[in-house]
Amino acid sequence: MITTVQNLDTYLASFTEFLKAAVGRDIPWLRKLREDAFARFSEIGFPTTHDEDWRFTNVSSIARTEFALARRPADLSEGDFSGWLLDDARARLVFVNGQFAPELSALDSLTEGIIVSSLKAKIAEESGGLEDHLGRYLDIQRDPFCAFNTAFLEDGAFVRIARGTASEKPIHLLFVSTEGDVPTVVHPRNLLLVEREAQTQLIEEYVSLGGGTTLSNSVTELVVGENSTVSHYLIEREHPSALNISTLRIQQDRNANVASHSVLLGGGLVRNNVHPVLAGEGGECLINGLFVGSGKQHLDNYMYVEHASPHASSRQFYNGILDGHSHGVFHGRIIVHKNAQKTDAKQTNRNILLSDDAQINTKPQLEIYADDVKCTHGATIGQIEENALFYLRSRGIEETTARRILLAAFANECVERMNFGAARRHVEQLLEAHLLSMAQPRSPSPAAHRESIERSWTEVG
Amino acid sequence: MSLLEIKDLHAEVAGHEILKGVNLTVNAGEVHSIMGPNGSGKSTLAQVLARRETYHVTSGEVLFNGKNLLAMKPEEAACEGMFMAFQYPVEIPGIGNAYFLRSAVNAIRRYRGEDEVDAIDFLPLFRERLKLLDMDEKLMNRSVNEGFSGGEKKRNEILQMAVLEPKLAILDETDSGLDIDALRIVAKGVNAMRSSERAMLVVTHYQRLLNYIVPDVVHVLVDGRIVRSGGPELALELEAKGYGPMEAGGREAIPVSA
Repeated sequence: MITTVQNLDTYLASFTEFLKAAVGRDIPWLRKLREDAFARFSEIGFPTTHDEDWRFTNVSSIARTEFALARRPADLSEGDFSGWLLDDARARLVFVNGQFAPELSALDSLTEGIIVSSLKAKIAEESGGLEDHLGRYLDIQRDPFCAFNTAFLEDGAFVRIARGTASEKPIHLLFVSTEGDVPTVVHPRNLLLVEREAQTQLIEEYVSLGGGTTLSNSVTELVVGENSTVSHYLIEREHPSALNISTLRIQQDRNANVASHSVLLGGGLVRNNVHPVLAGEGGECLINGLFVGSGKQHLDNYMYVEHASPHASSRQFYNGILDGHSHGVFHGRIIVHKNAQKTDAKQTNRNILLSDDAQINTKPQLEIYADDVKCTHGATIGQIEENALFYLRSRGIEETTARRILLAAFANECVERMNFGAARRHVEQLLEAHLLSMAQPRSPSPAAHRESIERSWTEVG
Repeated sequence: MSLLEIKDLHAEVAGHEILKGVNLTVNAGEVHSIMGPNGSGKSTLAQVLARRETYHVTSGEVLFNGKNLLAMKPEEAACEGMFMAFQYPVEIPGIGNAYFLRSAVNAIRRYRGEDEVDAIDFLPLFRERLKLLDMDEKLMNRSVNEGFSGGEKKRNEILQMAVLEPKLAILDETDSGLDIDALRIVAKGVNAMRSSERAMLVVTHYQRLLNYIVPDVVHVLVDGRIVRSGGPELALELEAKGYGPMEAGGREAIPVSA
């Protein structure tokens, strides 16, 4: 057993330093929020694999590393970013090493009822109703990374969609990590407020400029009002040496309809937490994801779905494609509270392993305290189906193309759950390029003849 | 030159020898039927010709259009004009039927140095072939074979043949599990594709199909060898007497009179 030496003292020094200069340091409730969060973080430290929620993901490399708060490099031009910009976005906020970069952002085509700005600006103005929402939904007791983020929160995106406003084009939040001389950490913090009967799409995307050890520890609080419809996309495509921990905390009011789409392609160690609370009656939540790993990537998807009111439904669908020595995790917890009768919760995780060394851990966890609910879950692990591959080849389609088509079909199960539009097109383009590189034919290894691993479980409770 | 020449073909699956010296010559324009009891090697022969890698050829030679078929990958054989209608067509969720067929057409066109066709140019041919097979266009927007009935799957195989226009079409037990209406439609599609340029190898356990697709030559495959060859009347004889006499009888192939 390796004992993790956690060097939290370095963070005390940087926290003290941070508080002296942070925007909003004189706002009492914000100061308390930060200090309480830091106290909690100091108390529990980084999680270990003894913690059930972190059983499959070892973050000792994060605990052992001294991360400095990242600074924003001065010498970046729009040319460095051109490949990442969406043509069809309603608005774009670019953050470089966690800090808002107005010169790279585009906020000029905002229409009435849509407010998009940096969180830092809102804190400085003490506007936007921050006190009512910021940090009010996130559970800093349970997850040390959420506490860590909250202690250092300062910048990120602020979005407010007014009642009855529909923004069909997506709002693009682009987070860029740049290579530094030392390992660096950023704590992006997003507050997305969608009032009642509104509609919007948000894309949260993470990219790297250069390599280096960078840790992005982000938190997004997404508050969705009664009868509103929101699609949220998380796209992770950082450098293989990047560490990325993200938490999406969704608060859903009555009859709100939320879709969370996660697409994990990049990053070395990635933990994607999705935590919706169906707080109002009749809410619907789709939690859809695709993770594609190769090399030594570790991609962990942790769902914590809370049904707190009756007649709400949640659907989790995650597909994984894993190659090389990559390691995927799907850990889906569903909690049905006592009064959440008539809950309808479903969870499905399907995986394709392309190599003998790729690994997946898939774990359902149902905690049901109501007595009239429908919860189902299932998982499969398999390989590219040889019959299907031969079928395509027997029609003249070359092997690499046939493999790409089959992987794309598997990935498309997730893509097809996304609404048509700029966000989906963006995902489709990213996938097309990404899957091509994974479709190269394999020389048969002795292990290819072993019985194919096929497991499946279904349980109705 | 014959379209297909099989000389003393031996093949095994998982260490078991299934084909034990098959000889067969098929010329363009001919329809041959391979009949035989279960386990005689009919499907193995079809799979070997379609170049399925799990079927291992231990000796012998197969010339397709004068080229060494046994050196070809499945996709190369297909591009050279080989087609096999599967006994159990594979369901592929997430890939549209029309997209799949157009990808196949374009793969073959590229191989032959021809221009690819786009979705719009492809449509007229596609619609015409759909009509031939009495198939609903809606099936084409669905995933390949997913949720298709048995009859729809088999018709979809013949549709693919009709669109890809192979030189040699192997029908691997296409009739099994079909009701008489579906059988008629499939046979109509196959007969429409008969031409002096194209040969067909109809692998079947039952004589019934051959009432609709009348072969030029019938071969009987027993225990990995062709034990008899003859005209269409041989199929009727088998229907009346069964395979029993031939399984018990001589192992020597009786050559078909030229």
